[in-house]
Amino acid sequence: MSQYYTSTDHFVLIPALMLALFGCAVLLFDFLIFPHPKQRKWLIVFLIIGEIFTGAGLWRQQSFLSSYGLNELTAFNGTLTIDGFALFFNWLFVLLSVLVAIVSYRYLEIENEHHGEYYGLILLAQCGMFFMATGTDLITLFLGLELTALSFYVMVGFLRTQKRSNEAAMKYLLLGAFSSGLLVYGFSLFYGLSGSTKIVDVADALAAREPGDPLVVLAMAAVAVGVLFKVSAAPFHMWAPDAYEGAPTTITAFLATGSKAASFAFLMRIFLGPLESARPTWEPLLIGAAVLSLFIGNIAAVTQTNVKRLLAYSSISHAGYILLGLIAGNETGLIGVAVYVAVYAFMTLGAFLVLVALRRRDLIGEDIEDLAGLMESSPGYAVLMLIFMLSLAGIPPTAGFIGKYYILLALIQTGHYTLAVIAAVFVAVAIYYYFRIVRAMFVSERKETAPLASTFGIKVALAVSGVLTLGIGIYPDPFLRMAGFSLIR
Amino acid sequence: MMEQLWLIPALPLAGFVVNGVLGRRVSKAVVHTVAIGTVALSFLWVLKTLSALMPLETAHVERYGTWIASGSLEFALEFAVDRLTAVMLLVVTGVGLVIHIYSVGYMAHEGGYYRFFAFLNLFMFFMLTLVLANNFLLLFVGWEGVGLCSYLLIGFYFLRRSATTAGNKAFIVNRIGDFGFSLAMFLMVVTFGSLDFAKVFPAVEKMPVEAAAGVVTAICLLLFVGATGKSAQIPLYVWLPDAMEGPTPVSALIHAATMVTAGVYMIARSWPLFTHAPLAMDVVATIGLLTALVAATIGMTQFDIKKVFAYSTVSQLGYMILGVGVGAFGAGIFHLVTHAFFKALLFLGSGSVIHALSGEQDLRKMGGLRKHTPITFVTLVCAGVAIAGVPPFSGFFSKDEILLAAHHHHPWMYWIGALTAGITAFYVFRAIFLCFFGEYRGEGRPHESPPSMTIPLIVLAALSLGGGFLPVPHFLDPVFPAMEGQHESALVFVSVALGLAGIGVAAWFYVLRPGLADRVAASLGGLYRLVYNKYFVDEIYWAAVVRPVVGGSRTLLWRVMDAGVIDGIVNGIGGRARDAGRLVRLLQSGNIRSYATWVLLGSVFAIIGMGLAGGLR
Amino acid sequence: MAGVPLAWYLILSAILFALGIAGFLFRRNLITMFMSIELMLNAVNLSFVAFSYKFGRVDGQIFTFFVMVVAAAEAAVGLAIILAVFRTRKTLAVDEIDSLKY
Repeated sequence: MSQYYTSTDHFVLIPALMLALFGCAVLLFDFLIFPHPKQRKWLIVFLIIGEIFTGAGLWRQQSFLSSYGLNELTAFNGTLTIDGFALFFNWLFVLLSVLVAIVSYRYLEIENEHHGEYYGLILLAQCGMFFMATGTDLITLFLGLELTALSFYVMVGFLRTQKRSNEAAMKYLLLGAFSSGLLVYGFSLFYGLSGSTKIVDVADALAAREPGDPLVVLAMAAVAVGVLFKVSAAPFHMWAPDAYEGAPTTITAFLATGSKAASFAFLMRIFLGPLESARPTWEPLLIGAAVLSLFIGNIAAVTQTNVKRLLAYSSISHAGYILLGLIAGNETGLIGVAVYVAVYAFMTLGAFLVLVALRRRDLIGEDIEDLAGLMESSPGYAVLMLIFMLSLAGIPPTAGFIGKYYILLALIQTGHYTLAVIAAVFVAVAIYYYFRIVRAMFVSERKETAPLASTFGIKVALAVSGVLTLGIGIYPDPFLRMAGFSLIR
Repeated sequence: MMEQLWLIPALPLAGFVVNGVLGRRVSKAVVHTVAIGTVALSFLWVLKTLSALMPLETAHVERYGTWIASGSLEFALEFAVDRLTAVMLLVVTGVGLVIHIYSVGYMAHEGGYYRFFAFLNLFMFFMLTLVLANNFLLLFVGWEGVGLCSYLLIGFYFLRRSATTAGNKAFIVNRIGDFGFSLAMFLMVVTFGSLDFAKVFPAVEKMPVEAAAGVVTAICLLLFVGATGKSAQIPLYVWLPDAMEGPTPVSALIHAATMVTAGVYMIARSWPLFTHAPLAMDVVATIGLLTALVAATIGMTQFDIKKVFAYSTVSQLGYMILGVGVGAFGAGIFHLVTHAFFKALLFLGSGSVIHALSGEQDLRKMGGLRKHTPITFVTLVCAGVAIAGVPPFSGFFSKDEILLAAHHHHPWMYWIGALTAGITAFYVFRAIFLCFFGEYRGEGRPHESPPSMTIPLIVLAALSLGGGFLPVPHFLDPVFPAMEGQHESALVFVSVALGLAGIGVAAWFYVLRPGLADRVAASLGGLYRLVYNKYFVDEIYWAAVVRPVVGGSRTLLWRVMDAGVIDGIVNGIGGRARDAGRLVRLLQSGNIRSYATWVLLGSVFAIIGMGLAGGLR
Repeated sequence: MAGVPLAWYLILSAILFALGIAGFLFRRNLITMFMSIELMLNAVNLSFVAFSYKFGRVDGQIFTFFVMVVAAAEAAVGLAIILAVFRTRKTLAVDEIDSLKY
């Protein structure tokens, strides 16, 4: 207690320090070293260097844990915890940030909004995600959440001159701030109940309380609503389709994958930490939210014609599946959540990246019709999109199947048969709308002749997400083992 | 000790990837260098591995990791080599290498050069995975993979309608077989809780032999359904003759030497199961024998040179199945090996003839070719004497071992088998005589093939002649259960005599008395037409299975099921979903204050719900 | 100060929070809605400070500082976005900003 900044603290904090440092440095470099817009591509290299340093920090933490056989490493008097869970999610964030960064430059040039801040914001958002996955204290968790959210508010509205983009940013901002108000109000009640901001203390205090205690219920409800809002579970999902549709597609990809994964990490930290003892109290709420998400996500996706909006609704339904894993709550279910989050991130990212390539100077490329005849014009992209759609629909041998398999298995193991049946029924509905996209690509006549805005970055990112989506489906074991380490012990 | 077995299939896979990605941009020389190089390296790696592992009394297993693990069921990514696998590896990589080299000359003027070699390499990958697999699931992956490659290569000339039809036929017929295979795997999981060879087989050994039908019998019969598909046995053999639509090297490699023998390999591999199900064994032997006879008789009447050899393949596969069915597993595999030599040679030789005649496949338009294509002629005769069972060439040893085992099982099986041997000798030499003797009946100038084609022919000819002295059955002794009982060596003379008689009759019909064959055919009338039309099996299947299914699916399935039920469900789900979707999207009004209201309503519900849930406890 | 029970602070905090929510739901001007959110956050601050005072620990007050920082940052970003919205639409009435829907 006497020392305020120990070497362990430093060791744990390094990845976040690197992200913040490089994030700020990108902002500086933007006008100091690369004043000309054409040079801004080089900021991507700078971002990747930052990610390499971050990755090195994570790598050292991981090897430290494994060489000493430790389950976790806490720092700053228990406010940050590096464990398998944190490492799993942080690796995911590193990968997603790099992939999003390398696909962006051409897209932003086409939109005439290629600014250096963009890359700085990606790094800062990732810094927030680090705290969301690593924090074990209400303060660090809240700060991480807000840092991520603030970066995303700006990025969603990045196309300043476009009505859709700043409308999306405004809605996301207002609703996001509203929900974090609810969340932090819940946090203040947690603090009042336990006298501490550490989640272990909160857990003890809540476990000692009567189950029906109104203050507990109020606090938990406020926190749960705030968290469910962040993961865009129904009925708190309303911001998601609008924000996804209006945001620049690259940012939609990052929002749908990185931010979502971080929000689920946050949700797991909260629900498996302080709220675990109150499981019977919140379980009905989560069941309701999960089923409603499945229903609204899948049903509303059916009528969409805008692919970004369709994928937004699909992402709401995937949030429902992930919540089901948490509801099952046994080891299979919790591994299933980690598996599903990562798998969902890869396949959703891939699908959005195809849309990024479809955006050309005079074509927005977001409607299902814009995909028509893609097989004819760019078979590579069409086949990759097919893989992502199969995976999103959960058809073997793709990664999406592995995710759904784990969730359903966990539900059956824990005796939630009704939920398993409901989940399976919505898989059938989902096939219907994913195949509308497939049919457009493979059956419909080609309409658009302009070549895709394909860049080296897009190709690399698509290859990575395609290989992961298919590879995890064909040879899941290494990945499953990695996910297995992510259990919160 | 690791021998890096994974390199054996990985090398052709690398060839596939390289050719698949870059093939379109590089020259033909680079394409075939990569393709042949990877297969050659794979072959060398097999030799190196085997020499290091000899004498290989017990299986050498290499584990690369867990493939899929869920609950108590775990599938490992394991390769294993025992003596059976060693034989298969040598055959697949060796014959595969020879055929790759041959393809350079044969495919020289064809389009899609890189596509062809890429698929061929991919096939090698899957076939090697199949023989190296140490559990049924991995074997099944290889099994499906070779089927896929076969489908792709049969339809290689995809602009020809008959080629795509043949590809589709192979695909559909094989799906029936694969369905049986997957059911068998399912039953094995239920019964033994595993698909590992190392777990299933010892578990079976502990069970009593099933005198009456039981679960092991069911598993074996279902596995055999799979084998009838892949190895073209009655009633699923119909795809193989049509598969000759593919390029000739494909016919030689996939549809003669390797893939079609996968069923035989699989039965031999699962002998502990089959020996515990005598009933299934009898079914296997009977089907094999029937297939051998029926296909041989059809082979007598065909005029397309590749069709003759295709039916011959079906017939010889019948022998192998007969062999494993009567418990002579070693003999069955031995015949598989010698057959790989002489049947690959027959196909490559016929390919050389077709190449010489610029695509002509009709025997009636050949004749007298021995002057124009001497090397092809000599090598084809070598293959002929080998398949006809003339001692001391390869077919004699392997076939007689099967026949003697069959005699030990049931004497009548021997006699039918020996008769079939005579017919075999007849149709093979009929083809050779029609092709190489008499007057040339076609147009155009025949020419001998380039060395890249003739050298493989010579290599295979040497193997066909001398392959019988390979000690394969003896080598396989540690793998398989010993056959009890003494063989009647005197019977050898019967089958040899029948074989020689077959050759003699063929010579009499087609060399000494040309025209006699037509008169005999005419006098046999209806019987001849019956055989010539392949017993109308395709037509019967068409009338009895395909048309009712297609018609039925059009009327019943399409009208009732599809339009009514499936469409109803799909449209129902889709339609109801669309209706519901219209409602749900109205909630999404676009107005931020209504969104906030929903958030608040949700919170109120959350508080009430959680209060109730907490209170109820 | 010592005479004021904790519950009063909490009730005041709850009332402020509810007022914030009500303001967010019923006002139609973007800036006012934004101010309502600030009100909600200040209600949270009040409750943190009250608890902190009761426990005699500083971590609640630290949290308050962070909430204030976040509120400031939110205001900066939020006003910038509102400005951008106003530039493209020439209005601050939320009910007219609903082009993204369904």
